[in-house]
Amino acid sequence: MPKVDLERVRPYGDTLDDGKVQLAFSLPLRYGPEAKEAARQLAMKMGFEDVDVVSAHDLGGPFTFFVVYGKCVHSVDVTQLHIPKVEVEQMDYFQINDFIRDKLGRKITVVAACTGSDAHTVGIDAIINMKGYAGEYGLERYPWFRAYNLGAQVPNETLVARAIETGADAILVSQIVTQKNVHIANLTRLVDLVEAEGIRDDVLLICGGPRISHELALELGFDAGFGPGTLPSHVAAYIAQELVRKEHRTSARLTEER
Amino acid sequence: MKLNLDTDKIARCRECASDIADEVMKGVERVTTTAIERTVLRLVGVDGVDSAGVPLPNVLVDMLREAGRLGDGAACHMGRAVAATGLSPQAIADKAAAGELDFASFDDVEDDRARAVLEDAIEASLARIEANAAKRCELIEKLDPGTEPLIYVIVATGNIYEDVGQAQSAARSGADIIAVIRSTAQSLLDYVPYGATTEGFGGTFATQENFRIMRKALDEVSLETGRYIRLVNYCSGLCMPEIAAMGAMERLDMMLNDSMYGILFRDINMKRTFADQHFSRMLNAYAGITINTGEDNYLTTSDAYEEAHIVLASQFINEALAYRSGLPDEQIGLGHAFEIDPATTNGFLYEVAQAQMARDIFPNKPLKYMPPTKYMTGDIFKGYLMNGMFNLAGVMTGQSIQLLGMLTEAVHTPHIHDRYLAIRNAKYVFNNARNLGEEITFKPGGIVESRAQQVLNKATTTLEQARETGLMAAIEDGVFAGISRTPDGGRGLDGVVERNPEYWNPFAEEIPARLTRGGRCSSCRK
Repeated sequence: MPKVDLERVRPYGDTLDDGKVQLAFSLPLRYGPEAKEAARQLAMKMGFEDVDVVSAHDLGGPFTFFVVYGKCVHSVDVTQLHIPKVEVEQMDYFQINDFIRDKLGRKITVVAACTGSDAHTVGIDAIINMKGYAGEYGLERYPWFRAYNLGAQVPNETLVARAIETGADAILVSQIVTQKNVHIANLTRLVDLVEAEGIRDDVLLICGGPRISHELALELGFDAGFGPGTLPSHVAAYIAQELVRKEHRTSARLTEER
Repeated sequence: MKLNLDTDKIARCRECASDIADEVMKGVERVTTTAIERTVLRLVGVDGVDSAGVPLPNVLVDMLREAGRLGDGAACHMGRAVAATGLSPQAIADKAAAGELDFASFDDVEDDRARAVLEDAIEASLARIEANAAKRCELIEKLDPGTEPLIYVIVATGNIYEDVGQAQSAARSGADIIAVIRSTAQSLLDYVPYGATTEGFGGTFATQENFRIMRKALDEVSLETGRYIRLVNYCSGLCMPEIAAMGAMERLDMMLNDSMYGILFRDINMKRTFADQHFSRMLNAYAGITINTGEDNYLTTSDAYEEAHIVLASQFINEALAYRSGLPDEQIGLGHAFEIDPATTNGFLYEVAQAQMARDIFPNKPLKYMPPTKYMTGDIFKGYLMNGMFNLAGVMTGQSIQLLGMLTEAVHTPHIHDRYLAIRNAKYVFNNARNLGEEITFKPGGIVESRAQQVLNKATTTLEQARETGLMAAIEDGVFAGISRTPDGGRGLDGVVERNPEYWNPFAEEIPARLTRGGRCSSCRK
């Protein structure tokens, strides 16, 4: 295979740089030749060449659904990308527990919840509950974690109050419902609240959900964000390692002050 | 029966569930709730909101509660107020809200007279509900009732007018049933929002006006397509009976209505939920509305393979409690779901075992089958295939109501073509394997049959234990979905009051009597 030009990366179908992309979308137009032509022209405006409307379906009333192929004329310079990533060395369940015992010497307390109006606990349950997800135990099962899963539709105030009450090292928030960006407002409120309570430096603030990225999390004032495919050990390893890093920073500062 | 299940075990499960339900009913019959009394007021004609936007049924019920008089029943006080003032229930509500009248103060009126003056309002309300049930039957008879599994899809834009376009499009593409999913926090509101709404999160508010708008839109498209398109909403949360009443008044056809869902998944107090579900289901029964129970929810928090028996145990309990509200078999849509980890070897066989078992044990009930959600990841191509497998399991085991999976589950609320693709998937599989179920016999003692028997055995043990401890204690022990709730915990307990000896709920008296009167048709009793 010819070498990929990382300064000009284009979609790949079956030949390097063929730019092949598949698209599926609907237009609020009655099914017919005009609708198909509209779809084709729209795809060209999106930056596709050789546009082929391979399938058009009448959705009933004034809607038509299209499957479209085209060649993307744009490219991306991958050498110029800077993606914030959660800094963590992957460890398994046993390694994490040993690490906490050896480096921290105390149990880590986390409180977790789906906050605001969000009732979907599937994400937070996968990370926290004993049973875990995809063959991995959740944090409740870790002997060196003390995990509190507060469940669904928890007000931010309650979550913060529980964090203070339990002396939590980390607060985990799951947000699944993202319609009209309701999660952004809700997550921002949590950061404000934690700062208002004066505990921002004492806790790791972590959010997760299908539409959450680490970059978004940092932007909102969180310490880390975990997206789809996250396993309990990813979160556990991050918390453990970050707390150890934090303790080092603190003791270094104390030494300096002395 | 296609699976050679132990019929003694099935009978034993029913017996235990029946005893469990009787025990629950003892508690239910001692109390009333703010939601029940608001419902009674709605049914005698109170609607609208005050100047602050508070629904008038809430205004009146709060007055009674503050006066410590809610245990008499709101109808009792409404009858007295009507007798004393000569005003209509609506006019009384308007005046009370304006501060011109104290709703709890008409104590001089005799009970007989208070009851007599409300008779016309009660009769008018019951007649309206009955007319809706008859209208549904008439339309189903005139139009194509659809072939099972009926295709059920959800619209959820947040804007009722946007929902209308999506619902009509789905119906034209082949959907039989449209659910307008509610805004995500509505179950926790202790009132029902008012009027047409255009802003919601993850769904559209359930309001009586929204019900009316969608019913009209679906009636239009029913006539256009020649199929009766059914409308669904959610009788869950703190307003179960109010939503049931609105659905009855606006001819909804199905209502999500689970006896334990609110307790477990919304942390609503169990005394409140048991009382509310009972009255709400009574209204569902009278309106010819098919309930859908929510056993699928257990499997989003628990493992679908390990906790399969909890689904079956809950189906038995939901059945027993539904009977106590007067629901006939044809209106009890028991729920379950296709949620086993797709990586499981023979996972499809276990899904078929569960679905066929439900069909065998509840032969006359319209089973509601829920799609994979937990293992949907945003990989839409795999998700589309999983939905195809789900549809195959549905048609081959004779499910009645198939809630279609969306390939974009875990990505966003469905776009218009997501729904279209789901319907195409279902129609292809249903048609292509239409009579597969009739051709199949299961190998005696094979994987499917053994699995079903194992689930039945474990459900029997669970129900026996729950009968021993009582349902409330079983819930406290975390038997269901591993979630523990206490009898005095959860939201809405402050809305539960003991009934006084003179307690009066004319609808809870009249409906059961009329339901037993029967008729040729089980859902409209004509």
